[in-house]
Amino acid sequence: MTDDKDLIRDDIEAYLAKYRKKELLRFVSVGSVDDGKSTLIGRILYDTGMVFEDQMAAVRAASQSEEPDLALLTDGLKAEREQGITIDVAYRYFATDERKFIIADTPGHIQYTRNMVTGASTADVALILIDARHGVLQQSRRHAYIASLLGIPHLAVCVNKMDLKDYSQEVYDAISADFMEFGKTLRFKDIQFFPVSALVGDNVVSDSENTPWYDGPSVLGYLETVPVFADRNFDDFRYPVQYVIRPDLDYRGFAAEVSSGVIAKGDDIVALPSGKESKVKAIDTYDGELEEAFAGQSVTIRLEDEIDISRGDMIVKPGNLPRVTRRFDAHIVWMHERPLDTEKAYLVKHTTQTVRAQIDKIHLEVDMDTLEEKPSDGVELNDIAKVRLSCHRALYVDDYEKNRETGSFIVIDTLTNNTVAAGMIALEGSDQNIAEVMKELHAESAMEPKTFVSPNERMERFGQRGATIWLTGLAGSGRWTLAYALERKLFDEGRTATVVSPVGEDLRSMISAAKAVTDAGLINICAFPSPARKDRDELTARIGEDRVIQVYVNTDEALCRERRPDVDTSNFEPPEDPDITVALDQMRIDKAVELIMQALRERGQFDA
Amino acid sequence: MQTSERKLSQLRQLEAESIQIIREAAAEFDNPVMMYSVGKDSSVMLRLAEKAFAPGPLPFPLLHVDTTWKFQDMYRYRDIIEANLKGELIKHVNEDGVAMGINPFDFGSKKYTDVMKTEGLKQALTKHEFDCAFGGARRDEEKSRAKERIFSFRDSHHQWDPKNQRPELWNVYNAKIKKGENVRVFPLSNWTELDVWLYVWLEDIPVVPLYFAKERPVVERSGTWILVDDDRMRLEEGEEPQMKKVRFRTLGCYPLSGAVESDADTVPKVIQEMLLNRFSERQGRLIDFDEEGSMEVKKREGYF
Repeated sequence: MTDDKDLIRDDIEAYLAKYRKKELLRFVSVGSVDDGKSTLIGRILYDTGMVFEDQMAAVRAASQSEEPDLALLTDGLKAEREQGITIDVAYRYFATDERKFIIADTPGHIQYTRNMVTGASTADVALILIDARHGVLQQSRRHAYIASLLGIPHLAVCVNKMDLKDYSQEVYDAISADFMEFGKTLRFKDIQFFPVSALVGDNVVSDSENTPWYDGPSVLGYLETVPVFADRNFDDFRYPVQYVIRPDLDYRGFAAEVSSGVIAKGDDIVALPSGKESKVKAIDTYDGELEEAFAGQSVTIRLEDEIDISRGDMIVKPGNLPRVTRRFDAHIVWMHERPLDTEKAYLVKHTTQTVRAQIDKIHLEVDMDTLEEKPSDGVELNDIAKVRLSCHRALYVDDYEKNRETGSFIVIDTLTNNTVAAGMIALEGSDQNIAEVMKELHAESAMEPKTFVSPNERMERFGQRGATIWLTGLAGSGRWTLAYALERKLFDEGRTATVVSPVGEDLRSMISAAKAVTDAGLINICAFPSPARKDRDELTARIGEDRVIQVYVNTDEALCRERRPDVDTSNFEPPEDPDITVALDQMRIDKAVELIMQALRERGQFDA
Repeated sequence: MQTSERKLSQLRQLEAESIQIIREAAAEFDNPVMMYSVGKDSSVMLRLAEKAFAPGPLPFPLLHVDTTWKFQDMYRYRDIIEANLKGELIKHVNEDGVAMGINPFDFGSKKYTDVMKTEGLKQALTKHEFDCAFGGARRDEEKSRAKERIFSFRDSHHQWDPKNQRPELWNVYNAKIKKGENVRVFPLSNWTELDVWLYVWLEDIPVVPLYFAKERPVVERSGTWILVDDDRMRLEEGEEPQMKKVRFRTLGCYPLSGAVESDADTVPKVIQEMLLNRFSERQGRLIDFDEEGSMEVKKREGYF
């Protein structure tokens, strides 16, 4: 900042001419409270002159010791100040003579994978801190793994608190070697190490006399020079249309940000999903026409031919197509307290398309302790898994490693509208030609024709799990009376229940009816005659043991015969292991109802 | 063409990203509106919106929440913008507040801002059923804004819950809401004050003259200069307006906006002064001194 300061004073216009040409670098800083990350960021801001005098005065006043606590510069929301930790991604800005920087400052605790992923998604560089006293902890490996998964090209590892280890080269070398062992298995273009003390300022903004054995750049020196413009994909032209600009009948422009690649006036293009070809007539901007547009520019393209193109369509080049597919694999990071439901339909937003989709298969999960793959027992908050998605419509995708723009997507819950996951597409297999692409575009939905309402969603709606309460007993035992009394009681308690009573059908049909009602999330009560044990076995086999409650209405046999002398009861096989037994000659009917209600509650049939 | 030429400067990159954000919101929401406060950030945002849809008109109206206590220069400037606008400018005043006689002198800055600004904004959003409102706020303005999302979700009471914000990844924005809920969209999130001024300069964007130093009648209050802008200004005992060469770093309601003494009468000089005297931009806004973390409190209540 010092050189610039003179320029600002002496020739502001020259300074502005220089500033306007500066490049942007985004980096994510990761680490826990104790690593000294906030101090490091505070140190960079302070030493580059980005701190206002009144902010510094506030920091001095709030600091516990005589030296200002630089970590306080980056402290944020009230809730966090109270907890003393950072709980969300905070964005900070500073500029040096060389570049402008955006820092995504993320918390490093294991439960906040979600935040790190958010900050990492747009970063060019990941800055990770390691406490020199503790060496490489699993947490650091985890952070590096996530940074790599999110496709950050460059990794900077700061071995911090070197002052507490007497600036020992041995300590630094051992930690670097230890980390590199793991780091080389990841996908970074390069990994750089820095011996620093954020507190004292060694090698953060300027070189340190305390580490004569280190001749590399300072952290800031590295951030100012690491080449990042070449990280963008300039090879594969992808243009996901955002908005159609049509002020009058003569003008039709397709507005978008170029996701990747380059397009020039006169280039051949093909529009997806129509497959129609044309040429670029003009590349328009508010400031005039361009000869070519490249990755990262927001422009408006006009075509030679009248082709029907709308938002969500993609303009590409005929010889370089994305994968057009309804079904693909991806790594996802789950970001919501409510776990992944593989039965449910979500919305997937990919570039400018939003489609209904199901995450119908979990291939594996990443064990965040060992960073090894393991079979999944369900995907929950902060879990990382490899899954398969099946979409209602085709998406135009690339592998995330090749293209961060067209390889990424978010998953939205259809009920709450929350963003519940971030996804990175993992493609395998060879490229498609245009014929294969068109075939895929005209294929049926990859989502199987089945319900997109999952049992869990039904449970939430009704506040109960679907179940069949099956009453078994002799004719005359009072099954039907009990059935209707139970229905009334459930209804009165706000439950959704019904007695299924198509009497006269064969038992198979009645079991089908019971299953349909149970699948719909209702509690249904059946009192059909089912004297044989094998009938009841069929019932549990078809509806599922955990969804059937067998009630044996064990009313005194003599009494039953007295009531229904017309029915032959010799073929009745009493249930061997009913869930509940009630004898209606020995208790009032509401007592029997209460017993059944009690059993339902104990089984967790109801929400609360 | 060489790849080295395919490099965007940071300002052009910010511009392209902001245009992507504006187009995305315009496409995804049913009924967006752009907040227009007449300040420099609004002016930059408006230019970006024009760029996003050129050669077409803006696909949404502008909304000015008028507290009736803005600087006279701001009203004059607003009327010029309106005359040249290819679209609608909605002006909303909280008439209930006017009827109650709410003013910044008798009611204190908090009460006054709550009623005339925060309530006024909510009223306007509700009245027109806007489901998206673009705002010109930047993350570098204030600490609590550092964590603000670009698409910032508000519940049906227009409330912002810092613990219930959606994760925001890449440039893929989630615009799904239920009826009655709305989203504030901040296209300038990643711009700094310097970026905004530089853009004003490079793009030759007209801004309200109050940003530039000029002899103006002022009185000193709480260590800052308050402009005697019209005859509604109440002078306290012993206060005598004096002419000082001052300018404003932020514009709002004149009795609550502090001026600084300055000689900067061009954009480069304003930038020069800003860079050489590093003191926080909101220092001139009296509303922030009310209570600790006050901006966060205001945001929870629905203030921008």
